[in-house]
Amino acid sequence: MSDASDTPGVPEPPPEPEAPEAEPGSRIGIDSWVAEADQRRARGRGPLGLAAWGWESAPDSTKLLAFVAIAASLPFWLLKSEGDLFNFGLFTLIFVGLGLGLQVVVGLAGLLDLGYVAFYGIGAYAYALLSSGYYGHHWPAEATLPIAMGAAVIPAAILGFAARRLLGDYLAIVTLFFAQAFLVFTNVTNPTLFGKGITGGANGIPNLDPLTFFGYKLTSTKQLYFFTLGTVVVVAAAIYLANQSRIGRAWRASREDPLAAEVMSIPVNRLKILAFIFGSAVAGLLGAIYAAVSTAAVSTNFNIGVLIILYAIVILGGFGSIAGVFVGAIVINVSFEFLEPQTDYPSFKRWLFYGLIIFVIARLKPWYRAAVILAGTVGFGFAVHAVVAAMAGHAWTTGKPISGAGWLTHWVVIPRLNHGNFDNFLYIGLVLAVMLVASLKGWWRTIALAPTLYLTALVWENVLVTSPGVTALILFGVMLIVLMAIRPQGLLGTSRVEIV
Amino acid sequence: MAEPARKALLELKDLSMSFGGLKVIDGLDLTVNGREVVSVIGPNGAGKTTLFNLITGIYRPDAGEILLEGGSLVGLPPYKITQRGVARTFQTLRLFLNMSVIENVMASQYGRTKVDIVRAMLRTPGMRREEREIRRFAEEKLSFFGQRLMGYRWNQPAYSLSYANRRRLEIARAMATDPKILLLDEPAAGMNPVETHEITELIGQLRDEGGFTILLIEHDMHVVEGISDRVIALDHGVKISEGSFEQVATDPRVVEAYLGTKATVTK
Ligand SMILES: Nc1ncnc2c1ncn2[C@@H]1O[C@H](COP(=O)(O)OP(=O)(O)OP(=O)(O)O)[C@@H](O)[C@H]1O
Ligand SMILES: [Mg+2]
Repeated sequence: MSDASDTPGVPEPPPEPEAPEAEPGSRIGIDSWVAEADQRRARGRGPLGLAAWGWESAPDSTKLLAFVAIAASLPFWLLKSEGDLFNFGLFTLIFVGLGLGLQVVVGLAGLLDLGYVAFYGIGAYAYALLSSGYYGHHWPAEATLPIAMGAAVIPAAILGFAARRLLGDYLAIVTLFFAQAFLVFTNVTNPTLFGKGITGGANGIPNLDPLTFFGYKLTSTKQLYFFTLGTVVVVAAAIYLANQSRIGRAWRASREDPLAAEVMSIPVNRLKILAFIFGSAVAGLLGAIYAAVSTAAVSTNFNIGVLIILYAIVILGGFGSIAGVFVGAIVINVSFEFLEPQTDYPSFKRWLFYGLIIFVIARLKPWYRAAVILAGTVGFGFAVHAVVAAMAGHAWTTGKPISGAGWLTHWVVIPRLNHGNFDNFLYIGLVLAVMLVASLKGWWRTIALAPTLYLTALVWENVLVTSPGVTALILFGVMLIVLMAIRPQGLLGTSRVEIV
Repeated sequence: MAEPARKALLELKDLSMSFGGLKVIDGLDLTVNGREVVSVIGPNGAGKTTLFNLITGIYRPDAGEILLEGGSLVGLPPYKITQRGVARTFQTLRLFLNMSVIENVMASQYGRTKVDIVRAMLRTPGMRREEREIRRFAEEKLSFFGQRLMGYRWNQPAYSLSYANRRRLEIARAMATDPKILLLDEPAAGMNPVETHEITELIGQLRDEGGFTILLIEHDMHVVEGISDRVIALDHGVKISEGSFEQVATDPRVVEAYLGTKATVTK
């Protein structure tokens, strides 16, 4: 695969034009690209800049090889424990694979497909029915993996064909309905076949066989990790090569301007269905692997929450960027594992929270505005704390922050007892304050920011820390917002330009 | 440049099209012969762009026939019409902005190439050969524009091009579909006099060296006078005059149609 992928796509200096009859007196137009040439070529300073420059000038096959080399070494140093390899390694790879399939549909062909998770689920159930004691079939993986892909492709083809004229929002609605129908079918409908509910209902299908290729069983996490790594690399290379061909160009042309693409001899509908099917096949394959890895197929693993994570991966990595999917999946899965309620990184979330706030403030310009906001927030906090303590009594201020952090007790107001709707008032207050800040300008905004940030801290300490499940998601959303503000095109995406 | 025995390449017969109650094309007859440059002129809203939209299958005519080399195009989807040999540019510029210049010209070769997705992923020798041919063909089309779209510009995203270069890229992209007839919708719009002169010469070259047949919409009468073998004037979807530039430009009906938009057709 790798030797094939270094021919295309690598920008090679175009040959000199053969004797163009340059008209005397006519000027070559200067446009923005030329004007920015030096700026673009300038190498960033420091080791980071050097790394970025090295990354950008490396051929794509080298990038893939570098990823494989690093990923293959991880089980031997960073992810030595079985659990870490499972949570951080294996699941990241599964997310990479799923993200790659979604990237074809969304990033390359430009289809808003919200039913992607259903095809993921179909692959998982196909594996479960054929390789478990449920119906007594114990088919080997070399048969079940292709069947799982086929099982995802057939409904995708039907749905794609039925919806072939639907673009944009309408396609989103149709596919979303499909995803929901799949959940209801597996969870509730669960029709009886051979004396059993075919999908096992809410409990799903348990006790799946491990992946078995020609009698060779993949049982340890390490084996599964390497198998998934190989699969993901093959999928990435395949998508890369497809993207560098006439098919990939036609996908991107249809994404850019479907009407112009159609008039430029591209059968847009057919290509969109092709992308839809291609993505679904990848989802089906990963679904089967996921089922084998988690030894069960349960419908809640294919719900809208998973879809949101997958979209976050694609958006974060950058639309249309294959390398971006890798980065997006790593960032998202690793931060999710950190933020999971049950893992104990006691004050990690708190540091992340305050760190993010300070980071955002520090980016404000000019610097003294940032300093004023920071000082104002701290001062405002102490003042409010003193006033509340004096006026309302100590019961209002002597609550303990969750998981230590005693240094906060003199700054944040935390009631010792449950004070009715205090939490909800904080929430509403925060929403109002944010709206106020958004409507103000200049120094007024700076002034209003201090109490708003303090209110944010109050909400955090009183409400969010006590309900970690919600917090993880909110923190995650904030992280995405910050990242998007800094790089709207995603981490590795190239900024897209719309017709103006 | 008199050509012996010209054959009808594109024929429109009694073509009609209306939007709601508005007749935009009304009983239009038009013939374009091989290796001919035919210009369509007319005031704003005369139905010129709609005519192109009908020929390329974006709209379906209410009545009438569109024949390319005797075969009907009516009812075919746009991509099939283009594969039959009709290519166009857009007045409003519809490039694939976030693709590179050369990729724009490679993408439009979809209809004249064959490799499927499986062979693309396997990089078979046949696929590599076709890919090289696609690139060569694209470079050939871009080199039609001399230095304007050469060398370092190939790998730029299309959005970074200047307005005039976008017009040129539109033409190159249409040429790369390997058409028999090129429909150019106001190729000189937004160009300065030097560039306009250049594009006029280029259209002449497209016919004489490239062997293309060209149907052209243009408001700039310098361009129309410079290259047209024949001129057709439209007003309210009706052909009001046809003939050489001199004949059409002095036709009282044409002058009248232009009153209010332009005092006179002559420069
Ligand atoms: N899709 C449409 N729906 C309704 N009316 C339309 C549509 N397309 C064009 N028209 C109308 O048809 C008439 C002819 O439009 P057309 O774009 O063909 O004019 P044109 O001759 O190309 O003008 P210009 O010189 O300004 O480009 C106009 O009155 C326009 O408003
Ligand atoms: Mg027009």
